[in-house]
Amino acid sequence: MDLIKVRNLTTAFGEKIIHDGLNLTIREGEIYGLLGPSGCGKTTLLREMVMLQDITSGSIEVLGKKIENIRNRDAQKLRREWGVLFQFGALFSSLTLAENIALPLVEYTKLSKKMIDEIIAFKLSIVGLKQSDAYLYPSEISGGMKKKAGLARALAMDPKLLFLDEPTSGLDPISAREFDALILKLRSMLGLTVVMVTHDLSSIYDTLDRVAIIDEKKIAYEGTLDDIASVKSEFIQTFFREKL
Amino acid sequence: MKKAFSIEKNDVELLLLFEGEVTLHDITKYNKKLRVLDLQDVQRVTIDLDNVSYLDTAAAIFIHDIKKEFSSKTFTLKCDNEQLLSTLALVEKHISNYHENDKPAEATFTEKIGKIFYNYYAGFIAFIEFFGQLFASKLRYLTSLKHIRYKEIAFEINESAVKALGIVALTSFLIGLVIAYQSAYQLKIYGANIYIVDMLGISIFRELAPVITAIVIAGRSGSAFTAQIGSMKITQELDAMQTMGFEPFAFLVLPRIIALMITMPILIFVADIMGIFGGIIVANVDLSISPELFIDRLSRVVAAKHFFVGIVKGPFFAFLIATIGIYRGLIVKDDTQSIGFNTTKSVVEAIFAVIVCDAIFSIAFTNLGI
Repeated sequence: MDLIKVRNLTTAFGEKIIHDGLNLTIREGEIYGLLGPSGCGKTTLLREMVMLQDITSGSIEVLGKKIENIRNRDAQKLRREWGVLFQFGALFSSLTLAENIALPLVEYTKLSKKMIDEIIAFKLSIVGLKQSDAYLYPSEISGGMKKKAGLARALAMDPKLLFLDEPTSGLDPISAREFDALILKLRSMLGLTVVMVTHDLSSIYDTLDRVAIIDEKKIAYEGTLDDIASVKSEFIQTFFREKL
Repeated sequence: MKKAFSIEKNDVELLLLFEGEVTLHDITKYNKKLRVLDLQDVQRVTIDLDNVSYLDTAAAIFIHDIKKEFSSKTFTLKCDNEQLLSTLALVEKHISNYHENDKPAEATFTEKIGKIFYNYYAGFIAFIEFFGQLFASKLRYLTSLKHIRYKEIAFEINESAVKALGIVALTSFLIGLVIAYQSAYQLKIYGANIYIVDMLGISIFRELAPVITAIVIAGRSGSAFTAQIGSMKITQELDAMQTMGFEPFAFLVLPRIIALMITMPILIFVADIMGIFGGIIVANVDLSISPELFIDRLSRVVAAKHFFVGIVKGPFFAFLIATIGIYRGLIVKDDTQSIGFNTTKSVVEAIFAVIVCDAIFSIAFTNLGI
């Protein structure tokens, strides 16, 4: 089943055109990467998928709903079905890590306090944080820890769809590989679909099933990594030189 | 597949049968259903997940909890789905080292009080430290004229004073108007109409114009200093400046303080003019004192010292407002709440400091016979 369908998407900021007729399809259960040079609009595309950015023309369909003219009620429902990890964690600075993770659970479910505490402990543990970190505020932890806590918050509701914006940037290599392993594990257990923007080559080869490469405002390539060598794009040839 | 949860209980045997998707939205309901039963005498527990299609991690924790609760009894889990088993195993692995009592203890009353006072003490020490740094860099920069950053000072004069001219003028005009209007009524009773000139002259020149100007500037420019420098700190611009060898004190702090100290007396002068102008209008309309008569009397009864007392206060007020605003900006922490908190604090503290300073001046000048 196709979870996300992008059709003829055009994005422009004023005069400047970012995307010119993008088409891509993300299927259920796959780990999908958005790659491309800096400034090509990967993060913008991700922001459009999660309804943070208006699209200029074309259409995006997420979980069967066209988001360019979605009703408010449907939009709210959709927002509970995905988790988003921002590049720098975007934790709420007035709340502790535990409260950050608990927020969607408290707002959207009827779970008991004890149950929520256990879920928090579990989520912290799977992303590799310690129990004692739960009561720290975001200003008291490092950038890498913020990222892990951001992932724990994104996973709080066990979403079926996970958006990750540069999940491994700023992590040490060991944490980055653990992160990749965790993503793969979650996918196999929970049937998660993951859409991620990344520049991390090991991450790309270890986790991604399919990729879309955005270059020169268009999709330069969409498909598995095996056939990527045949594509004539300067970005692809340079970026994947070592592996090809 | 349909969601369902059924319980079968025969004497000492308990069978929990889950069906369909089990997610975090269901488990509270399921738990309630389970808890109405008397589970005291249960000896054998069986959980049947054979018909479960999807188990999220919250539900896996729920099952783990049940398992833990009946750990002393005979427990069987019926499940042949690899995916579900791996979810349960993952939960087991990560939650086994979680204990409810791990939470840090609530701080006691004395602890809280101690913390608050220590924070005040630490804040005071930090402010003294800032003052020391400020004077050290001031000395260094004032020893040679070419180090003074004239461009930044000019920019700050425009930003925090010239652009504030309108609001300062309007505020003091209205204050002059209101004071004159209220006293005109009282003076009329005694037929002492002409004394409005003495009263307005002294009160506006000496106290009202400087204090009102200082309050407006604290609210307008002092808060802007805190917010600007605070956000520069969050975006690491201050760190960048330091690593490039640009001292923040020379680039950001001193120009702002000097600019405000230069312009405050000028703003007070404008406030004087506008306040008296408001008084003239009321005197003319309400007490039929012509503007010529008003100005003539003003120059005869109000000594120039009253005007100079007001003007002299300007640089002192400016120094207080600017240093407090900047200091608050520099201690902003790396989170978004901190900017708002410190901006509020900077305005409140600046106004308070201005009023305390004014009180000290008032006593000092009176005792000196000025």
